Amino acid sequence: MSITKRTFLTLTCAATLAVTPVVSFAQGWEPRRPIDFVIMAGPGGGADQIARFIQSVAERYDLTSRPLVPNNQGGGSGAEALLSVSGTSDPDHTILVTLNSFFTTPLRQANLGIDVQTFTPIAMMGVDPFVLWVHVDSGITSFDQWLETVRGMNGEYVMGGTGTGQEDSIVIAFLSGAYDLDITYIPYDGGGAVARDLAGQQIMATVNNPAEAKGFYEAGDFVPLLAFSDERLPAFPDIPTVRELGHDFSYANQRAVVGAPGMSEEAAEYYRAVFTQVYESEEWQGYLESESLSPLWMNADEQRAYWTTQVEAHRELLAALGQ
Amino acid sequence: MEILGLLFDGVLIALQPLNLVLILVGVTLGLFIGAMPGLGSVNGVAILLPITFLVPPTGAIIFLAAIYYGAMYGGAISSITLGIPGASTAVATTFDGRPLAMQGRASLALVTAAVASFVGGTVANIIFTGFAPLLAGVALSFGPPEIFALMLLAFATFVGLGTDDIPKTIFSICFGLVLGAIGFDQISGAPRLVLFDINGFLQGIGFLVLAIGVYGIGEMLWTIEQTRGEVENTTPKMTAKGMVADTAEATRKGWKGMGIGSLLGFFVGILPAAGATPAALMAYGVAKMTSRRPQNFGRGEVDGIAAPEAANNSASTGSMLPMLTLGIPGSPTTAILLGGMVIWGLTPGPRLFIEETEFVWGLIGSFYVSNVAALLINLAFIPVFIWMLRMPFTILAPVIFVLSVIGGYAATRDMFDIWMILVFGLGAFVLRRLDYPLAPAVLAIVLGPIAEPTLRQSLLLSQGDPTIFFTRPIAGPITVVAIILILLPALKLLRPRKPGRDGAA
Amino acid sequence: MRNGEIGAAGVLALFSLYLMWKSTELPIGFVEGRGPGGGAWPFWLSAIMLLCCGMIALNWWRRTSPPSQSDEPFLDGHGWRMVALVGGSLIGFIALIDVVSMYGAIAVFLVVYLRFLGRHSWALTLVLALAMPIGFFFFFEGAMRITMPSGMSFTDPVFDILYDIIY
Repeated sequence: MSITKRTFLTLTCAATLAVTPVVSFAQGWEPRRPIDFVIMAGPGGGADQIARFIQSVAERYDLTSRPLVPNNQGGGSGAEALLSVSGTSDPDHTILVTLNSFFTTPLRQANLGIDVQTFTPIAMMGVDPFVLWVHVDSGITSFDQWLETVRGMNGEYVMGGTGTGQEDSIVIAFLSGAYDLDITYIPYDGGGAVARDLAGQQIMATVNNPAEAKGFYEAGDFVPLLAFSDERLPAFPDIPTVRELGHDFSYANQRAVVGAPGMSEEAAEYYRAVFTQVYESEEWQGYLESESLSPLWMNADEQRAYWTTQVEAHRELLAALGQ
Repeated sequence: MEILGLLFDGVLIALQPLNLVLILVGVTLGLFIGAMPGLGSVNGVAILLPITFLVPPTGAIIFLAAIYYGAMYGGAISSITLGIPGASTAVATTFDGRPLAMQGRASLALVTAAVASFVGGTVANIIFTGFAPLLAGVALSFGPPEIFALMLLAFATFVGLGTDDIPKTIFSICFGLVLGAIGFDQISGAPRLVLFDINGFLQGIGFLVLAIGVYGIGEMLWTIEQTRGEVENTTPKMTAKGMVADTAEATRKGWKGMGIGSLLGFFVGILPAAGATPAALMAYGVAKMTSRRPQNFGRGEVDGIAAPEAANNSASTGSMLPMLTLGIPGSPTTAILLGGMVIWGLTPGPRLFIEETEFVWGLIGSFYVSNVAALLINLAFIPVFIWMLRMPFTILAPVIFVLSVIGGYAATRDMFDIWMILVFGLGAFVLRRLDYPLAPAVLAIVLGPIAEPTLRQSLLLSQGDPTIFFTRPIAGPITVVAIILILLPALKLLRPRKPGRDGAA
Repeated sequence: MRNGEIGAAGVLALFSLYLMWKSTELPIGFVEGRGPGGGAWPFWLSAIMLLCCGMIALNWWRRTSPPSQSDEPFLDGHGWRMVALVGGSLIGFIALIDVVSMYGAIAVFLVVYLRFLGRHSWALTLVLALAMPIGFFFFFEGAMRITMPSGMSFTDPVFDILYDIIY
């Protein structure tokens, strides 16, 4: 980490940015402090991997004049991160990588006093779909066969997930409601642990993001049965979506970057320009494809509107869950 | 032997000039990061991840693995010289490492730790090389009931850790377990024990907060008060000849601990969710139980340093196994390494061994080379760490306080934790005066958050039937052994006590 | 020491009771078919803690534990003074972090401790009090990328210069 090289790179980068016409952020504002890049999840999970990927891309092209410093605050389904970001003393240098607990945690814990609309929209990097997986040794190859098995087990069918009120439990609750199933649900502390215990057949099925299950799928251990996306996933073209089965339901985890409440408009514009460049990078586009994320690019106003609809949708889903 | 050929190629990859430089730099960085209380391999690996874009993927993971190795060696250094375990894996190292250092034999303690780490790392590497895919299957057969049974076994080793005052020891264990339950209930997702409704408690009490409070503040206050501020300075000397003699003594006295630690460490390390802390603790317990001089443990016994240090290094290598063969992280550090692999365009998982031979064997080769490099670099730096101990106590004490505060903040970046460190420190000082053992609480806060969720997951699996811990083929025997080990001392207690019960406190 | 023993046992018993009460916010019983509720683990462990406090008190009454036999005071005058001075300077140190930044607070703490508690020379005190924060700044912010609290806004100009140096 030689100082001269870094300074040189920063200068080159600044010069490039200054002459590039597409970059439209307000002249003048630049971060003066390392940027607190808060991650709403512990180290290692899907959200963490994505955050570190984004950070690496920003680092590789030296997109920011001060480094993005990843800061895992996974406690309490993201409550810890939401509290610390909304209470920050330096909103211009604090950004948050979110998942759907951005919507669910404030709903489930009203006493935190978090209003997501106070946050500053920056970039929607993509959405991560969910897929229903079983182990290959179960012999189940289709969703109908799965339904039959679950019904035959009289409540002893065991599924794992990341906790009541979490993204996957919402999907499982939907399945139980729509098909009148009785499933025993075991909470784990992360999507990776869930996939592991499916691989070891400690549990019988999971609802995981494709990224978490990919390794086992490619090795032939996992069988996908149903996708909870709007369209069939390009990586699993033979797997039906829940919409095709006649249900008006889809569910995906948002992978978005938001700014702290009270961030100045100049700073927000700066970060939007930075993350637009990350989004358009070859690396990120490749990541979206290899990990089966769907692109869902939005501008700031669209993001705010999206938050409103998501908060409402989650309010209903959680109410249905009895939360 | 096909494996030996692959391994040879792997070592050659690791010995390429660029990779060798990466190993040397990584190990040295890791050593100092690990020696800093509050920082561990997680920090080193996380921070340097983006830098790895500058080199090819094989070089990148070799660099990160070297940091990982260096940090594992470094963890023992603050345990021995400062008395503060810099990571939960190094708590057991303080039990005998600190007393030995206080006796002026810090060099022997540090050399033992280094040699034991090397032995642990090497044994683990050899098992890893020979049986990786086979053992991955074993790791998967450990579900929640098996992990809980293993935690019971770890608790059994607690029995030997306390003082003669049984109620105070049990209090300490339960206190640590309850502290570990603060924050959120993983099973129901509801906030739990948010003491006095202060939001800071929502994130829970981390191991480091309690450990730095107890050892960095409480123990220091106690030493300052006890010695009236006039600590007799031990003046450990360090010569090349002395180091050779220390190495010989460490090997002679510690070979058994190293053996126990290496094997136990590896098998506990490969299990998901268990990790190096229970491994080190169990190795310490087993070494004490099988020793002919159990009464020397806790007073500077070489085996008591060798066992946990061999175990935590062995377990750290072991925890790479589920990551490489299954794509499952065994610890937060391997989780970040796993993220790195995705960034470099590799898919971790069962096919990695087949499809990315050069990468996998380059990495395994680098384990061997890193291990040798870490031993040599560690030994070379021991005089520097010894020199710290020779500072007058009125300088060393404020330096330790500063390290505690800045290291405590670095771990979570939360001022609330700093205040909690102070609260625990002052509380620990009072309890220390009154002969409460505090090490059990510090370990319980690590084991509790593994034991409770696995207990409840198991009962969910069995629809509430507790016989699940006895009827499963792997969990059953472990549970039975653990219960016997826990009950043995309790049975001894029921018999009339012999005179002289107020002996060592 | 004797008074300290029973006093501590009393305070810890009260704390255990508080923990038990707090645990009851979640179900503490065995839920049929699902295992123990969310509050069961901390509740019953706190109950054991309370029981231990009772046994500590019993040992105190029977005078069987070493601290309950000891007639020396929990801390003598010298001990209290020492603890108050060191503890007080630690509290001051931590409180100052939010005002003059982590590095500023370290410098102040080292000056107070080395010069006034340790009675070292001004030369040594100042060298350490300056070298340590600066060294830590480059280690944590430069090498480890961990941002420490920068205190109130009046420290901004200093940090702006420092960050310009390292990035």
